[in-house]
Amino acid sequence: MTALVEVKGLDKAFGGVHAVEDVSFAVEAGQVYSVIGPNGAGKTTLFNLITGLYVPSKGEILLNGESIVRLKPNQLAERGMCRTFQQMQICMNMTAIENVMLGRHLQLKSSLFTTLFRLPSLRYNETAARKRAADLMEYVGCGEYLDADASAMSYGALKRLEIARALAAEPKVILLDEPAAGLNAVETVALEQLIRSIADQGITVMLVEHDMKLVMGISDRLLVLNHGRVLAKGTPGEIRQNPDVIAAYLGG
Amino acid sequence: MLNRFLHSRLRGLTILALVLIILPAFLGNPFHYELVIQMAIIAATVVGLNLLVGFAGQISLGHAGFFGLGAYFTGIATGTYGWSSVPALLVGAITVGIIAWIVGRPILRLKGHYLSMATLAVGFIIAIIINNERAITGGPDGMPVPAFNLFGWELSTFGQYSLFGIELSGVQAWYILASVVLLLAVWFAQNLIESPIGRALRSVKGSEVAASVVGVDTAKYKSLVFVISAIYASVMGSLYAHFQGFITPAVASFEFSILFITMVVLGGMGSTVGVIMGAVVLKLLPQVLADFQEYETAMFGLILMLTMIFMPRGLLPTITAIVSKRMRKKAGGGT
Amino acid sequence: MLAEFLQYLFTGITIGATYALIALGFTLIYNASHVINFAQGEFLMIGGMATVSLTAMGAPMILAVVLAVILAGILGIALQRLAIAPAKQADVVTLIIITIGASIFIRGIAQVVWGKQYHVMQNFSSSEPIEVFGAVLNSQSLWVLGIGAVLVIGLVLFFTKTLIGKAILATSMNKEAARLVGIRTQMVLMLAFMVSALLGSVAGIVVAPITFTSYDIGIILGLKGFVAAAIGGLGSGVGAVVGGLALGIVEAMTAGYISSDYKDAVAFSMILLVLFFMPRGLFGAKVVERV
Repeated sequence: MTALVEVKGLDKAFGGVHAVEDVSFAVEAGQVYSVIGPNGAGKTTLFNLITGLYVPSKGEILLNGESIVRLKPNQLAERGMCRTFQQMQICMNMTAIENVMLGRHLQLKSSLFTTLFRLPSLRYNETAARKRAADLMEYVGCGEYLDADASAMSYGALKRLEIARALAAEPKVILLDEPAAGLNAVETVALEQLIRSIADQGITVMLVEHDMKLVMGISDRLLVLNHGRVLAKGTPGEIRQNPDVIAAYLGG
Repeated sequence: MLNRFLHSRLRGLTILALVLIILPAFLGNPFHYELVIQMAIIAATVVGLNLLVGFAGQISLGHAGFFGLGAYFTGIATGTYGWSSVPALLVGAITVGIIAWIVGRPILRLKGHYLSMATLAVGFIIAIIINNERAITGGPDGMPVPAFNLFGWELSTFGQYSLFGIELSGVQAWYILASVVLLLAVWFAQNLIESPIGRALRSVKGSEVAASVVGVDTAKYKSLVFVISAIYASVMGSLYAHFQGFITPAVASFEFSILFITMVVLGGMGSTVGVIMGAVVLKLLPQVLADFQEYETAMFGLILMLTMIFMPRGLLPTITAIVSKRMRKKAGGGT
Repeated sequence: MLAEFLQYLFTGITIGATYALIALGFTLIYNASHVINFAQGEFLMIGGMATVSLTAMGAPMILAVVLAVILAGILGIALQRLAIAPAKQADVVTLIIITIGASIFIRGIAQVVWGKQYHVMQNFSSSEPIEVFGAVLNSQSLWVLGIGAVLVIGLVLFFTKTLIGKAILATSMNKEAARLVGIRTQMVLMLAFMVSALLGSVAGIVVAPITFTSYDIGIILGLKGFVAAAIGGLGSGVGAVVGGLALGIVEAMTAGYISSDYKDAVAFSMILLVLFFMPRGLFGAKVVERV
């Protein structure tokens, strides 16, 4: 079975520092694949490399067999890859639902002419997009903010809104960058259920997370990074018992 | 019924239309009409500029350059070469659009101070060229522009017209044209904003990173809104030229660019109706200060500073916020 | 041939020195507060106009100059205190428009006080032009270059040797850290604006005999000084001087050899080229954006 996402020998250096060094792994379609590691291990850098925000110094990244190394984020979205951010990127100048509707951008083909004259096809698409966005907001659990401005939402709700926006793009693979950061226990359980539900739909989920309970509970496979290098790869069970991993987290 | 109206998306447009219909009752003489027509044309220009600045979060300190290009294209095409007005206006708009596209691509990669410098430079270069090429443009002394003509039929401020039996003077007929143009300008702008393209534009201001990960090609959309706002300016410049009957390089000047940007900022960036208010206020200012004419420049500068320091979100949004806070207090009977 | 070239070169260096001084003023304020002060040119105008009107009222030149420079300094402090400081978390666009508003305001008041006419200021020393290899040099040019050099050296000493100068540098590098070590950042900012205003006004006085002076010379000179600063790299003192001289020389050469009508377009074309191909300017700092 060819992997959906494949990373081979990935390297990224900032000046003399290798934030990511010789990292290789593969993610099968439909899996929940998590990347963990101590602070500074290079997890977010890895995500930024995969999602086109950084250009690697060396190595290869394949999506569905196609090299995506030189592609920009919007081109990756066209190929079915979407992500959320550790430091949320929400458009505060729009309403909550408009943020999610923004995710429908690639699905809504509209010409300048139909837009300027607000022709029936545009109105029809807008209504459909709004409905889909509302459904997604309910799905992720921020349905109470349907009529609200993005700036009026709580931190936890905004994190879920970002997920809704990413889902609106109908991705094949979604990358969540520390989705549980700043969430309390109750919110984290809800998040776990949401991720499970997304995976059940057949969407591949890649996760960077610190919350061990969450990660161990929902992941199919894990990648452990330390100082930018791969420390271990495997199932949650294997990783839990891996002496190197234990040492890295507890030791020096 | 009133509730439905208050929340409908065409609320602002309808109110504007009503105001435009009722206004002539209060306009006593041709000078009043002239002022309102100028306001309408300039307001339509800043509605376009607002798309770029207020909604897409870019900046242009040289927008009068596009306005001036439209004005002079029309002046030269209809004056020197005898073209009919509408083709001149359309070809001028397309030409300016192309220029904006070519110039915009490299410029819009810049941000903040650098983008302002670049737009400033473009505006100045256009103004200098207009000022220097006397043979074509008449140079600093300006050039006359023939009346608006539509394949033989002329719309002049000195003419007499009749519509459905009602006698209209030239300025009154122009008023109708200007009002229609303003309403169309607002309608197009609103349609643009509340659409997938509009959301893409607004996301450029909100978060370019977020926009790109859901598939928005931010460079393309910045370019698009730049061109659209330039076309707005060009069309309005062309109409302005016909209405005034005479244009000078001042229509492309830095001062005029600053006036435009002030109207956008005063009216509240991102509020289409707000910028119209900004245009009205700033156009009325010289009239209000008629007795203190020599202080006009100083007053303008003072208003600019005070508004930006104390009401950075603009006049209309700030007033709206204060009013709604008061209303909520009354309704809630306290905190 | 040579005489012509030298002529343009002298003109270019002279006006370039003026641009350099304006650019230094921009750089100083930009370094201290990350604000682009569009009102910079007005300090020049105040320097020249105040001096002219004071001497016209009978004051001796030296006194007029001192008073004019003090006036500009007060204006600089007022600008920072009344217009910039209150706009606390303002974004780039807002700050730009505030300083543009300030420049329009200052110009408006100048227009009321001094009228719209051009004024002439006498050369500091003789009105006899000096001949060098066939080229004619206005003696005032030497004053411009001389005083310009003195000011630049003075600034360098100020920033490297005095405590206040170092405090300004520290504030520009990290405002919070500076505050934490006890530097009164608000004072520092006012000081930066004041020094910048002093610079600008002296430049305005010293160049007035060559270019005449009126209430509206601030705009175009200010903008060109700004362009010079950007060409040299916003935030670099060396860049400001190099940028100013480069702009002056290219402008004079263009006016001489190509077309004097398009002299003003030189500055704006140069800035576009720099922004497209070398946005950081010649000596500017590298900017890294972290996501």
